[in-house]
Amino acid sequence: MTSTATETSGPPDAAEPETSDEQPSKSLTPSLARRMSSYGSLVGIAILAFVLLVWAPSTLTSFRLGNLGRYCAMALASMGIGLAWGRGGMLVLGQGVFFGIGGYAMAMHMKLEAAGPGGVPDFMTLYGDGTMPGWWEPFRSGPFTVFAIIAMPAVVSFVLGYAILKRRVKGAYFAILTQAMAVAFSTLLVATITQTGGFNGLNSFSTFFGHNLFDPQVQKNVYRLAAGLVIVFLVILWQLYRSRYGELLLATRDGEERIRFLGYDPANVKLVAFMVAAVMASIGGALFVPIAGIISPLDVDASASIFLLAGVALGGRASLFGPVLGAIAVGYGRSTLSENFPTQWSYFLGALFILVVLLLPGGVASLWPMLRARWSSSSEPSRSSSTGDDAVESGDADRVAPAATS
Amino acid sequence: MTASFLGQDYLEIRNLTVDFDGFKAVDGVDITLHQGRLHFLIGPNGAGKTTLVDALTGLVSGTGEATFRHHDLLSMRSHEIVRLGIGRTFQTASVFEQLSVLENLDIAAGLHRSALRSLRARRTVPEPVEQALDTIGLTALAHRPAGILAHGQKQWLEIGMLLVQDAQLMFLDETVAGMSGDERDETGELLKRIVADRTIVVIEHDMEFLRRYADFVTVMHTGTVLAEGSVADVQADQRVQEVYLGTATEAATHG
Repeated sequence: MTSTATETSGPPDAAEPETSDEQPSKSLTPSLARRMSSYGSLVGIAILAFVLLVWAPSTLTSFRLGNLGRYCAMALASMGIGLAWGRGGMLVLGQGVFFGIGGYAMAMHMKLEAAGPGGVPDFMTLYGDGTMPGWWEPFRSGPFTVFAIIAMPAVVSFVLGYAILKRRVKGAYFAILTQAMAVAFSTLLVATITQTGGFNGLNSFSTFFGHNLFDPQVQKNVYRLAAGLVIVFLVILWQLYRSRYGELLLATRDGEERIRFLGYDPANVKLVAFMVAAVMASIGGALFVPIAGIISPLDVDASASIFLLAGVALGGRASLFGPVLGAIAVGYGRSTLSENFPTQWSYFLGALFILVVLLLPGGVASLWPMLRARWSSSSEPSRSSSTGDDAVESGDADRVAPAATS
Repeated sequence: MTASFLGQDYLEIRNLTVDFDGFKAVDGVDITLHQGRLHFLIGPNGAGKTTLVDALTGLVSGTGEATFRHHDLLSMRSHEIVRLGIGRTFQTASVFEQLSVLENLDIAAGLHRSALRSLRARRTVPEPVEQALDTIGLTALAHRPAGILAHGQKQWLEIGMLLVQDAQLMFLDETVAGMSGDERDETGELLKRIVADRTIVVIEHDMEFLRRYADFVTVMHTGTVLAEGSVADVQADQRVQEVYLGTATEAATHG
């Protein structure tokens, strides 16, 4: 591709490899084109913000809006998977655990709100002796619950990640470990019916921080909160990906041993991404609860974790927008297909997943750079910008696709 | 950082042994590496050269002593050894192919960067990176992905990464293997330029390259040090000729 660009464009100002010594040195600051492409992502975020925050609430029925809100909550977890898996090379198969930590924390608070001051959640009198375990008590406080939704996944992922990553567990072993975590977590929830609601999970909430959840305006605001956080975290990830840490994380994914001999401990680099992904999943879970009205072991177990992952793989795990759009598409497909084909819908989704993984390993998001590269090399013979910039841009496109699957 | 040692940097290896379940890949090696000279480490395949470097950089564990700036390298972990100012390359070039040349160097320069600062995007090119680009002659290719570089250029980028990470002691594992004649010459001249305030250990098979650039040679054989000295000393050594230059010696005596 580089050679065709050289032949068809004007005189290159940055040299080809063989003539490098004779050419005057090029400015080392990133080219304008490159900066534009970095800020181009912000335009994409703005468009998505408009669609999610302005267009959708004014157009969709409250049922569809609620569905979209659920997908947004799951997209938060998916974006975290994009960070950990797409950029960090850690195949996280157990994000349901962190989704569940946030979800259950929020559900416990809402359950206690519904029970009133000093009250006990209904299921405890139904299945148990009507006494509440002491560890429920702090969740009466709203601020504590919000704190816990962020702090608990951070602490748990730090301890787990430290133990796993410092031992240099990676690849399939890392994936199996995280998957086992999700199985253990949902089994534990089912087994402790008097404390967590067991298989039924936690449901029948009435208020969200004092606001009546049956009020359509409140529902809309909860949706806005979920969609708004998707946008906020997109901006955070955008900055993370273009930062030096983002470059370092990519380098760790592609050459962990090499990074070690540059003086970094790759475990620390990956641990940060793993923790951020866990907190994002937890926040997603916490917002899922008031929108869906329920959290149960089915929402957090191994197959729920894989559903989160499927959206990321479909959308494009290493790209900024791939995980969000993938999660929304998978969520939408899941609802639509299950409405029309109640029994066969999961086969459709499975087939689509296989097709994408086979034909587009970088996900649907990798289509765009591919098309753009083809377009710019064929339709612009007299392009004035340098071939050096061209290569940088296609380099950016290439890096979206990880070198190898983990 | 370098000034405080005033050319006194050295790595002292005493009785270094690497034992793989009873097989001693490195067996009681004593070597002292001094600053400012190109120290070549040669020996037939399986002599233990790479294993020796692996032990000194924390990849395999060894017993004995290896003291650099009052630290015992054998008790340290890889990234700690790097932070002490010791860098290495590998037999296969292992630059980050999807990152640009500049990003490769920038990452190598980042080990002393604070966590908070690394959350910001790179705006300017750090001084050491710019210098290294100039030294290794890749300034014009700074924004190209490292994957498109020629084989020799990748090896130079690796050396550049050692330069920006401020490695005072460099182990280069078969750097010129697979290079063209011109690339070898350029590599040799590059090493001569940068060795003045550093210690550079070159593991090499290429005798011509050795003859032209080595200041000091250590010959290893079956995990032990067979001979040490200047190129002339080593070439004159009878035992070295037997184990390493065997065929060449035969050819010489017959011819």
